[in-house]
Amino acid sequence: MGELIHLNPLVWTGKDPGLWAIANEVVDPEIPVLTVVDMGIVRDIRQDGNNIEVSITPTYTGCPAMDMIGDEIRNAFLRNGFAEVKIKTVLSPAWTTDWISDEAKEKLRKYGIAPPAHTTADKNVLLGKDKKVKCPRCGSEHTEMISNFGSTACKALWKCTDCKEPFDYFKCI
Amino acid sequence: MSTNKDALLKFVLRLGDNNLILGHRLSEWCSFGPFLEEDIAMSNIALDYIGQARVLYTYAGEVEGKGHAEDYFAYERKEHSFTNALLTEMPNGDFAQSIARQLYYSAFANLVLTALLDSKDETLKGYAGKAIKETNYHMRHALDWLHRLGEGTEESHRRMQEGLNALWMYTKDLFADVESDKALAAAGIAPDVPALYNQWFETISKAIREATLQVPDAKAWQMEGSRTNRHTENLGYIIAEMQYVTRAYPGLQW
Repeated sequence: MGELIHLNPLVWTGKDPGLWAIANEVVDPEIPVLTVVDMGIVRDIRQDGNNIEVSITPTYTGCPAMDMIGDEIRNAFLRNGFAEVKIKTVLSPAWTTDWISDEAKEKLRKYGIAPPAHTTADKNVLLGKDKKVKCPRCGSEHTEMISNFGSTACKALWKCTDCKEPFDYFKCI
Repeated sequence: MSTNKDALLKFVLRLGDNNLILGHRLSEWCSFGPFLEEDIAMSNIALDYIGQARVLYTYAGEVEGKGHAEDYFAYERKEHSFTNALLTEMPNGDFAQSIARQLYYSAFANLVLTALLDSKDETLKGYAGKAIKETNYHMRHALDWLHRLGEGTEESHRRMQEGLNALWMYTKDLFADVESDKALAAAGIAPDVPALYNQWFETISKAIREATLQVPDAKAWQMEGSRTNRHTENLGYIIAEMQYVTRAYPGLQW
């Protein structure tokens, strides 16, 4: 992977594009079109000689994919020749869907998952009202929520009343 | 261990135990939900609680400093070492009763977590920052169902009322006045939990009335247990089931 990685400036803390490129090899196990860097899960990467320390932040506290993500990140660095890889979990600042870039949101939509519709600073989130969620297939805004708890901790289940298809919605948090 | 460390360990474990036991209870709905979407919803919420328990138990291990990892606190302590509130060990009952429990508990969790956002303990503060966002979703879910059942059919209204009534006497226990908490409140680490009761009562009362249901009597007799770490018979059954595999195969790795 030699491409330049576009990182949300809120997420970027490391200085070495090479290290971030390695982390970017790891895809989210549940949403394989996104990498853990796209998701904002990787917070920091420190190098000390041949040893690496990666700080990750959990999306939801109970997310069962986090253990696997940690293992996969470790494997990616070991594959690339590093000797020891330590994975550190940081809780603060709390992960937020605000850290998912616009490009990543478009990847989600193409994959069939409606991306988070607004920033958490949006008053609608505080008031418990969702903005219009667009159907990822037909683009219609005539959509309804079936359940706020979907196939994974981070997703809700919605349906489109125009094309009649159900779809996952990545919840704002 | 200094007084504050001991008090902190107790507090963190209490939060962890609340989450683990309630998470376990909710997981009992998995594959028994009234319909698929709610089965998944209950399981998802259970997952949030268990995840929070993991974070808290891991921190408890650090505070305790005896090399215990999260699994030790979850699977190797006996009933009387658990410090969860009575409400969390209550049986699920029917769906309405579970919703009543979710309403009461989520409103409580919301208040505690909001207070912890200002905690002088960085880990608790970080934990609260994450957990409160998830709790908001739990609360919305409980409120949605409170309304649907309260304003639904005659049967749903009756069951919802019965659920609220059945669990009412275990609610004050959430706000138990635990002696060791006082040092933490003074140090700005934890909130004055008993003092949160009035705000909690206002929140749930308003929601219950809006759902056309009756608020149970504020002066009704309340069961106590948390303050002196006593539990109902329920906890024994929960522990027996939850810890069965680790006790049958100690040290098992996979």
